[in-house]
Amino acid sequence: MVSVKDYQSAVRPTWCVGCGNFGIWNALKIALSDVGLAPHQVMLISGIGCGSKLPDYTTANGYMSLHGRTLAVATGARLANHGLKVVCTHGDGDGYGEGGNHFASTVRRNIGIVDIVQNNRVYGLTKGQYSPTSPKGFVTKTSPQGAIEEPFNPLAVAIAEKGTFVSRGWSGDIAHLAWLIGEALKHRGYALVDVLQPCVTFNKMYSYDWLRPRVYKVQDEPGYDSGDVTAAFVKAQEWGDRIPIGILYRTESVPAYEELVPALAAGALVKQPLRTKAAQDYEILKKEYL
Amino acid sequence: MNLNDMTFKFGGEAGQGVESTGRGFAKALVRSGLHLFGLQDYHSRIRGGHNFYQIRVADRDIYSQDERVHLLLALTQVTVDEHLREMIPGGGVIYDPSLPIDQSDLAARSVQAFSVPLEQIALEQGGNRVMSNTAATGAAAGVCGLGLDAIESVIRDNFRKKGGPIVESNLRVARAAYQYAQDKYTGAFHFRLQAKAAPPRMLISGNEALAMGALMAGCKFVAGYPMTPGSPILEWLAGHSKEFGIVTKHAEDEIAAINMIIGAAQMGVRALTPTSGGGFALMAEALGLAGMTEVPIVVVNVQRPGPSTGHATRYEQGDLLFMIYASQGEFPRVVLAPGSIEQCFEAGYRAFNLAEKYQCPAIILSDASLAHSLRALDLDVLDLNVPLDRGALLTDEDLEQLTERYKRHAFTPSGISPRALPGHPKAVYVSSSDEHDEYGQICEDAALRVQMMDKRMHKLEVARAEMQAPLQYGAQEASLVFLTWGAALGPLRSAVDVLNEQGTPARIVQIMDVWPLPVDKVTAALQGAKQLVAVEQNYSGQLATLLRAYTGIKVDGLIRKYDGRPMSPEFILARLKEVV
Repeated sequence: MVSVKDYQSAVRPTWCVGCGNFGIWNALKIALSDVGLAPHQVMLISGIGCGSKLPDYTTANGYMSLHGRTLAVATGARLANHGLKVVCTHGDGDGYGEGGNHFASTVRRNIGIVDIVQNNRVYGLTKGQYSPTSPKGFVTKTSPQGAIEEPFNPLAVAIAEKGTFVSRGWSGDIAHLAWLIGEALKHRGYALVDVLQPCVTFNKMYSYDWLRPRVYKVQDEPGYDSGDVTAAFVKAQEWGDRIPIGILYRTESVPAYEELVPALAAGALVKQPLRTKAAQDYEILKKEYL
Repeated sequence: MNLNDMTFKFGGEAGQGVESTGRGFAKALVRSGLHLFGLQDYHSRIRGGHNFYQIRVADRDIYSQDERVHLLLALTQVTVDEHLREMIPGGGVIYDPSLPIDQSDLAARSVQAFSVPLEQIALEQGGNRVMSNTAATGAAAGVCGLGLDAIESVIRDNFRKKGGPIVESNLRVARAAYQYAQDKYTGAFHFRLQAKAAPPRMLISGNEALAMGALMAGCKFVAGYPMTPGSPILEWLAGHSKEFGIVTKHAEDEIAAINMIIGAAQMGVRALTPTSGGGFALMAEALGLAGMTEVPIVVVNVQRPGPSTGHATRYEQGDLLFMIYASQGEFPRVVLAPGSIEQCFEAGYRAFNLAEKYQCPAIILSDASLAHSLRALDLDVLDLNVPLDRGALLTDEDLEQLTERYKRHAFTPSGISPRALPGHPKAVYVSSSDEHDEYGQICEDAALRVQMMDKRMHKLEVARAEMQAPLQYGAQEASLVFLTWGAALGPLRSAVDVLNEQGTPARIVQIMDVWPLPVDKVTAALQGAKQLVAVEQNYSGQLATLLRAYTGIKVDGLIRKYDGRPMSPEFILARLKEVV
């Protein structure tokens, strides 16, 4: 029996008091233990940023890579050992800014990765610059007159790119977020879990008090069908007085990337021997050149 | 009469099949028991322009092209305009009479005009103008007196997939052109080819040999983004992936590619990314990630001229120092720079053993010349039973015995920490690109930082002892010594052969294991050098710089070439007079 305690670590987080990352961290540990995964069966992969320090504070296999490269590292890890559950935790700058190309490609790839994006709509670890998801007009040290660009909409992009599990969580509701991550862990392909998360130090705009009354659960909406891609795309545009959380879109009918790679039919790549054939079966390589 | 010693040059526009025809003709020569060195030269375009394929034939193993052409096969007027100056007196040009070749230009150089109605034969016998190239190969065989058997066998093999009618029409075209050339020009050409009895030989390029070496090393994961001239390695491994159980991923960019192989290698799979200099530049940050987290990856840089886009399809060795110093900070890495097709194969598997043994990135530094050049190799030259060494890799049984918390980056006398692969309950650990402690946890302690740097960098010293001594070639006691690396080796061998034949003793010291530089072995190899001349295909003499920095030895002369064209023996011999 796996318990949340199995994921506890002696290393204490360096996050600010009240940081939304605590909620995400707790929800993740609950979800992992709820689905019965032990720490050695999980590979946590992160990039660089406040949220990306999560593997350091968690007992599980972990790899803290480069800023923006989380999904690329995770793709290689998943293809090398699809026997492990690969879970990414990284911020909005890492996932949607520096790693934007990897995000766009990974959604289309539909590889079996749970991608938790700790979206606080600001750069925390570099002390308060605007991020790809910051709203227009957002004033920071690098946008003193206010951000000019439109904010990046990860859910709409993921739906447009045929994402198979597109969801949003809220770090202020740990029970709901744990359920959401649990569903993502059960998903066949790539699962985006974009998590609204207050940065209590550098983003005074999106505070707990601002977010809490606005979020609502789409699964509680009568008639909402998370299998309806058009409805999901409309829902992904909703932002303001009401902000939807939950699974906006989901389909289990699309095979994951790794299900379609011939070499993986024989099992996890790492479990296969360096040479899978008898010595004489390699001699045909030379015969191509005669 | 001159037997089995000549150079062919096929020239035409992109789209005329110059490369496939050249390679097909080369294969026929190898099947005739002859040795050769083949090299293509092409523009970065899909149609038009001027491409050529050069094949030097001999009845002994040869390592480079040279600059003298005996038989030119011109599918375009430009071919004659560009290459007539390379032709030796008594040489010949095969061309279609529709080309406006000025015969007096040929006569002025004592070059014979072998007009053959290639296009007419192609249309009449094959029904397609494109088969002019097949006609040219038939005519070439006819002019040189080589039997048609080998050419017919290559046509059968190469066109089999396109179906019987295509095979038959190409055969008819080849035979008709052969007959025409024999009837009209037999005896006129003094350079003859004659098939020899020989064991079967492979006609293989450096890229293909390198990929084969990697496959035999158990490379299971390949990610890459196409970039000339590195992409054929990605294509080769993708082409063999289903049969040999390899996962290949055409990634969204080079940054993704290297980070993917880092993810795969961290999980325990042997992983490689092939690229060229521009792609490598994008990978620089992640190279440091592999160094910092001690992940064994193999990166192949098939060089082309830089900076920036440079010359996409041409030749240079300008990335040596970049390979050794790329990425911020300091960390151990291995750099192997093969100089021959055999060494490409060797580097292809050794890089994995070295990467896993020292738990660091290993870079194979090849170049366009090696990548594209073809030689005939005896089958046993590439021994597929390559040694496999996974280094300090803990087995499940080892991990079961663990009584304390596993330390991924444990301090050891060698600096090499026994490696557990993620997934075992006894070895649950994190690794971080941040500086970390022995467990892999992020740590900013100053004393620990020094210990960790020392640990990682010490691996470089342990590896140095294992790096191979330079290859030596030529007159053993010669005081004229050439220092070289990479593809410059081939032309230099030919040049040194000439010098030794002419009574000027000379030898070569070629460094394949360039980093960590085996200082003692290199110094020993250079003992007795009174005139030390570096031969490099770059502007500044990068190996000479490295030599001076790490051994204090200064070269007396530097032969350098940076026009983007292949190094040649003639170039080396001409420059030698200027530099010493």
